[in-house]
Amino acid sequence: MARDFSWIRPEPWGIHVVPADCWIDPARPVDRALVTHGHADHARGGHGQTFATPATLAIMKLRYATEDGAVPVPYGERIALPGDVHATWIPAGHVLGSAQILLEHAGERIVVTGDFKRRSDPTCPPFEVTPCDVLVTEATFGLPVFRHPPVEQEIAKLLAALAANPERCVLVGAYALGKAQRLIAELRRAGHRDTIWLHGAMERMCRLYEEWGVDLGDLRLMSDATKEELAGSIVVAPPSALNDRWSRRLPEPITAMASGWMRVRQRARQRMVELPLIISDHADWDELTQTVVDVNPAETWITHGREEAMLRWCQLNQRKARALALVGYEDEDD
Amino acid sequence: MEAFAALLDALVYTRSRNAKLKLLADYLRVTPDPDRGWALAALTDGLDFPAVKSSTIRNLLTERIDPVLWTLSREYVGDSAETASLLWPEPAQAPSPPTVSEAVDALSRMTRANVMTDLPRLLDRLDAEGRYALLKLATGAMRIGISARLAKTAFAQAFGVSVEDVEEHWHGQTAPYAALFDWAAHGAEPPSSQDLPLFRPFMLAHGLEETQVDLADYAAEWKWDGIRVQVVRAGGETRVYSRSGDDISGTFPEIADALHIDAVLDGELLVRGAHQGGETGGAASFNALQQRLGRKTVSKKMREEYPAFVRLYDALIVEGVDLRPLPWTDRRAALETLLPRLDPERFDISGVIPAADFAELSAIRERARDDAIEGVMLKRRDSPYVAGRKTGLWYKWKRDPLLVDCVLMYAQRGSGKRSSFYSDYTFGCWDGDPDAGAELLPVGKAYFGFTDEELKWLDRYVRNHTVNRFGPVRETDRSLVFEVAFDSVHSSKRHKSGVAMRFPRISRIRADKPAHEADRLETLRGLIRD
Repeated sequence: MARDFSWIRPEPWGIHVVPADCWIDPARPVDRALVTHGHADHARGGHGQTFATPATLAIMKLRYATEDGAVPVPYGERIALPGDVHATWIPAGHVLGSAQILLEHAGERIVVTGDFKRRSDPTCPPFEVTPCDVLVTEATFGLPVFRHPPVEQEIAKLLAALAANPERCVLVGAYALGKAQRLIAELRRAGHRDTIWLHGAMERMCRLYEEWGVDLGDLRLMSDATKEELAGSIVVAPPSALNDRWSRRLPEPITAMASGWMRVRQRARQRMVELPLIISDHADWDELTQTVVDVNPAETWITHGREEAMLRWCQLNQRKARALALVGYEDEDD
Repeated sequence: MEAFAALLDALVYTRSRNAKLKLLADYLRVTPDPDRGWALAALTDGLDFPAVKSSTIRNLLTERIDPVLWTLSREYVGDSAETASLLWPEPAQAPSPPTVSEAVDALSRMTRANVMTDLPRLLDRLDAEGRYALLKLATGAMRIGISARLAKTAFAQAFGVSVEDVEEHWHGQTAPYAALFDWAAHGAEPPSSQDLPLFRPFMLAHGLEETQVDLADYAAEWKWDGIRVQVVRAGGETRVYSRSGDDISGTFPEIADALHIDAVLDGELLVRGAHQGGETGGAASFNALQQRLGRKTVSKKMREEYPAFVRLYDALIVEGVDLRPLPWTDRRAALETLLPRLDPERFDISGVIPAADFAELSAIRERARDDAIEGVMLKRRDSPYVAGRKTGLWYKWKRDPLLVDCVLMYAQRGSGKRSSFYSDYTFGCWDGDPDAGAELLPVGKAYFGFTDEELKWLDRYVRNHTVNRFGPVRETDRSLVFEVAFDSVHSSKRHKSGVAMRFPRISRIRADKPAHEADRLETLRGLIRD
């Protein structure tokens, strides 16, 4: 009999694990939520119980100021849920605390990747390939034009712009959770020891990363800086602040943005970016397709992103695949 | 090629005009000949390699990647050259980029027979940025916000010469513009333009907006609804140039054949017609002129059915005398003196509107419902003829647009900086009473008239109200009303609705208005005055 995996059901607002009556990354409040990582579109507040890694729960606590119903599950620990379902959180390499969730029921294994990447990231443990029957994969950069260059190359580009403009500052737009800390950690890895100035919205998350053992070097608040101090420095701000009135206080900032979307020139132009840095916390096309090959599932289900091209690739490679229409995931700022 | 690729990328990401000018000027100053000349030609759309077309790029790529993946990628990126530069397999060996001249040389030697093997060899020598630059150079579709005017201004800035001189000497020169660089960079004599029928840059007008002018200082003329042309005769040859400086003599041979006096004349190209009142020797609507546009050759029948003529506005040069430094009144007098010597079948003069003051002019303008009239031009009587748009000299005072409420039916993703945004909208009117089951028929398409913020809103609206997808096009649930502004409407056999709008644009988004209250086709038909 063909397996239909009907115990897991994609609904527009999340993936329903039917026998356990729990939801993965639900977009609305539910009794029991299994959360892959701390980004707001995946980790919403208001659930009865929230199962997630300890780091993800710490991020959620920072954001929602409550830990009611939090159930910490360390990486690799297999927990039992109602309805004879077992769940395991496995590193996804996306941001601090990020995980894939392995679900087991009736001898079948389903892995929901959440957001992931395959490249090294000094702020979180690397993605682990987990054999399964169904791989539910993201497809944010699911088009063959997205091939992220090595992060070292992009960091070098940033440092070169900084060195060439000693009287200006480089204002880098980076997502406040994950991208900002990875960018800073990569700058430190490249030997950049200077103070990095933060937009106020970045500070608490950077401190949280440090508490979790990620060394980010000398960080200070931009609001405490003089114009002289900012000249020749890097300032990190959320993307929404780039062209805001806030940035007027900076000395002739060069506007940069760290995002996988920067691969496409017109996307960078739409964001009014002068120095595009192609740095992404999502898998690029090669990583997405390689992951399907490595995991080698019987079926591939494709969630948010550019699922048409991934579907086509699966078809060309004789792999059974379907696209899930999930709502509420935002990919614009990565 | 690296310097050119870096320039292109810097230009893409630079928004300020001054910063763009500086980038270009710096490049032109330090880059050796003839590379800088070729680069300049590429930036101003001056290069053409017949063997390399957008379709060549597609064919090249679909030999190497699945066609569906190519199409999805191309739609997302919005630009063939960029898509190809990203999809091209990274070569195994380190890049060994050609110079711009080497690339131009190789491209110009390509033929249909060898382009599919020779172009890949060139691409394999470049990295992604270099491939982008090469393909942009090869296909001539830069779309990076560099107008010919901006390039010429940068050229002027690079070498400290005046932009008017650059414009004047530029025309008639061909890439890589050796004589132009010799003149500007090395102080040689400027290229001669004496006996050549060269294009001279047009004088342009600003919109009048809220300004009022004193008719003692300004003369008023009708703004005719044709296309602006320059007719030039020198050295025994006559040329007709469009506003952009394109030679359209072949499209309008009867005009080129009709001028026998050495002169440079500025006017509106129109087609003879009977259905417009006002001036003697009337002109037909733009719709009629459109039948003649864009044709490389023109049949006798076409010429007889839609006979073209030029309604003259100005005289720049007459029999070797450059009138451009003279005030408008003197040039006008010279034009009136010249007129009797011109073929009356092909040339007449745009009359001055006899209004005593601005209020009277305003009243005359209101009454002018002539289809061939786009509005009123106001020209400062003491102004010389200067290239480009100089504040305070010429104003255009366009007729108020017509308005109709339409329903959004389809949306298509834009290209260039609007790639990934649903920014091209097809809208329709009701073919009868919507409450009695009438249907919407498409009446037009518009892709501007809204702000960037509104575009974001519309893009989201389209995504959330999609009922069908056809490649890059989405059909919407027909719930959103647009107030559409347009200049005129004509009957058309090509459209199911039987009407075609001229210059439609989104005037307002009427999210408050229910779709069934949008206008009916009969309203639009009532506005036809063909």
